[in-house]
Amino acid sequence: MSPMVRLRASRDIAHIHRGIMPTPFHSRSSRLNLNQQWSQWNGFASAVYYADPQLEYFATRNTCGVFDTSPMRKYRFAGSDAAAMLDRMVTRDVMAQPVDTVAYNVWCTDTGKVVDDGTLFRLGAEEFMLCCADPGYDWFCLAAVGFDAVAITDISEDLAALALQGPTSCALLKALGFAGIDQCKPFQVMRFPFGSGRLLVSRTGYTGDLGYELWVQPQDAELLWDELFTRGGVYGIQPMGDESLEMARVEAGFLAPDVDFHGSLHTVERGHDHSPLELGLGWILNFRKQHFSGRAALIAQKESGNYRRLLKLDIEGNKPAQHSILYADRKCATEIGYITSALWSPVVKANIAYGLVEAKYFGGQIWAEIYHQKELRWQRKVARCTRVTKPFWAPERAKLTPPPDC
Amino acid sequence: MSKPLDAIIIGAGHNGLVCAAHLARAGRQVLVLEAASQPGGLGATREFAPGFRASVAHTLPQFGRKLVADLALENHGFRLAASALPTVALCPDGSGHITIADGTLSGACAADTAAYKAYQALLQKFAKAINPFWHKRPPVLGSGGLRDAATLGLFGWNLRTLGKTDLREMMRMIALPARDLMDEYFHSPLLKAALSWDANVGSKLAPRSPNNAVIALLYRMSGDLTGGLPLASGGTGGLMDALAKAACANGAGLRLDSPVAKVVVEQGRAVGVALASGELIRAQKIVSNADPKTSFFQLLGARHLDIQFTHRIRRLRTDGYVAKLHLALDRLPTFTGLAYPGGRLLLAPTMQFIENAYDEAKYGGYARRLPMEVLLPSLQDDRLAPAGQHVLSALVQYAPYTVNGGWDAQRKDFLDNAVASLAQYAPDIRDCIVASELLTPTDLEQQFGLTGGHWHHGEFALDNWWMNRPTYGASQYRTPVSGFYLCGAGSHPGGGIMGAAGSNAAAAILEER
Repeated sequence: MSPMVRLRASRDIAHIHRGIMPTPFHSRSSRLNLNQQWSQWNGFASAVYYADPQLEYFATRNTCGVFDTSPMRKYRFAGSDAAAMLDRMVTRDVMAQPVDTVAYNVWCTDTGKVVDDGTLFRLGAEEFMLCCADPGYDWFCLAAVGFDAVAITDISEDLAALALQGPTSCALLKALGFAGIDQCKPFQVMRFPFGSGRLLVSRTGYTGDLGYELWVQPQDAELLWDELFTRGGVYGIQPMGDESLEMARVEAGFLAPDVDFHGSLHTVERGHDHSPLELGLGWILNFRKQHFSGRAALIAQKESGNYRRLLKLDIEGNKPAQHSILYADRKCATEIGYITSALWSPVVKANIAYGLVEAKYFGGQIWAEIYHQKELRWQRKVARCTRVTKPFWAPERAKLTPPPDC
Repeated sequence: MSKPLDAIIIGAGHNGLVCAAHLARAGRQVLVLEAASQPGGLGATREFAPGFRASVAHTLPQFGRKLVADLALENHGFRLAASALPTVALCPDGSGHITIADGTLSGACAADTAAYKAYQALLQKFAKAINPFWHKRPPVLGSGGLRDAATLGLFGWNLRTLGKTDLREMMRMIALPARDLMDEYFHSPLLKAALSWDANVGSKLAPRSPNNAVIALLYRMSGDLTGGLPLASGGTGGLMDALAKAACANGAGLRLDSPVAKVVVEQGRAVGVALASGELIRAQKIVSNADPKTSFFQLLGARHLDIQFTHRIRRLRTDGYVAKLHLALDRLPTFTGLAYPGGRLLLAPTMQFIENAYDEAKYGGYARRLPMEVLLPSLQDDRLAPAGQHVLSALVQYAPYTVNGGWDAQRKDFLDNAVASLAQYAPDIRDCIVASELLTPTDLEQQFGLTGGHWHHGEFALDNWWMNRPTYGASQYRTPVSGFYLCGAGSHPGGGIMGAAGSNAAAAILEER
């Protein structure tokens, strides 16, 4: 007789017993989360908002906000084949990416559909870190088939991370003693001794503004939080939750997985996944570099021109076009697409949205059918949409080195 | 060679030679590069003991007349040593052997003899319906191409014109395990074991395995050289030499002892090969006769391929389960109850016996008593052994590629088992043996550059057949990398000495310009 399989009791499995897992900053962030509003992100508690999402939003636009990105999935790729393996997986040129820089990337199926997007950190000649919102270990292992000298490790739990975003972020980091941080260029990485080890700072973020992401060992997480908030008062620091970050990322022109697109491996229906071209990511497709997965399919799609477009839309009026269907005419006779993200942007002072529009129609008129409530009564409105080609919000300070006012 | 090369063929196995001969005949400048010191791959006749010669592939059931005529192989020395070897199912006690020859049985009961005719008639109808497709490029679904549509249409037409009754039967039978098929038709356990042999040999399958039994039987019926089971003169290598001569006579170059290390890719296109010696040779097209895993992983590199395609190649089942045994005999052994061992002898009393051997192999072991297919080719061709002496050539099942403990440790024991299994039928066999060669799947892999030692370059099975061979994306001999082609057994239709993959690949390449 073979022994019975013995399952562990749920109370013996730490995270099941707890239900939702705390990030390394939870002891601090939960103290500030006045209403205990949490969402679940990769099994971790992530603040929806701390006190008031509008206040948090204005902090990141006018002073600085802190968002706990620890639930991000982080993977380490190391070995003499790591660069080649990643170069074949992602759409940008990894071979040419300098050490200590970060590059936003997507990776695709053979048919050129986006599996996921993320930021690729080159931390050494043969060492990389890839950060993405959703787990991707299975795909990375598939992508490593045929490459012998590359070790892939899920280091998600080995690194705690905070995004410090906003015009005063550089000044605050300088005040904390990170000398030279003002010389850190966009998408550059710098290292500083910190706590029991070191702090990795990248000039990256999800708000489109001046900002940094701070990567630290979990045992030093609380120290980092405490230092930021002890010194940060004068710099207008605010913790920020999902809601304010969502507003900022739409203004910045960034995509959210499972909002603006579905990873190809998670869709069932035909056409419910997306190519980078459809998502407006043609600018990170490098067809001159060596082969990458999906290249042939994407070249064919690009040449055909026959693909949907995720457009940035400026919509008349002030009613957010959430969940709206898009039409080619005011009478709503010809349906041409749908809205993926929408909000009233306080900083741009415009009614902005992303809309996915069929290939045939993206150059013509676009109308959104908006439903909104007035004292519980539903109203319908058809609003004209205007295409916008640049990000809605792209302040000069986000690109300047050194940044102003620091 | 003064003119620049149109094509380099990697590997002078029979498909590589056939492909080269066709391309050269059409006026292309072709160079065949072979790692070994003689052409022919698994078909080469090699001296395994002083004066004794044998080839790993020992019969030609699938070879066709068209190729012999197209390449004028008879002008290049191709001869048959035997045109129709009988198959003899040996009864362990020597009392009731059953012989299959010229489409009839002898030694079987009346019911089985009658059933065999009906069984053969039905299989022949099926074979006729799909025979043309072995020699055509498989279609690609949704390509929009006229040729693909025509092939699919003909396939549908050929099946439909079988008639309702036979088509229904074909659909019912196509994925049946061999055991179910045999049980439906026959009584004799010995006969059932013998007829199931060709349904499974060479695959990781046994009589109770569903998947490829019927399609493998039909594949084996695709040859039309003689109507029986032919044997080449000089061993299968006799045919290989004729193919090499035909290729060279048409203008192809052949370089032996020239292993290719890498295919050279520039700007996403295969432009040449780098030899192990470091020499670089450029050509318009690079055609690999190596198995798909070797072709894509070793020669080309995953670097140049999409992720999911690479994964499908990695998932190909390439573990070989057959060992090849060559014995040098100083005299003819006596098989109990058999006057003259001049046929293909099957040593498997029942399907259960085969199944039990398979069960051992599934878990990395091997049976004490091993089923086998035995030939004494020196009876038909006295050039294979010194005068009065003989060669025994046997396919021995099942020898798992990943054997527990490794083949270095298991080789002697396995050989002992094989000889003991033979001795049950030929009690004096041990006294006749002067030398032996056992080629385990690991040996086949190392000596012939064959991943897993699988003689089909990847399982011959329904899920890996026709438009899925080796996988979609490379099923039309073209690969995702422009300028790089496949022409080997890993492509449609598959292994066995047939040459159809080589012919089909050449046709696909010739059409491109």
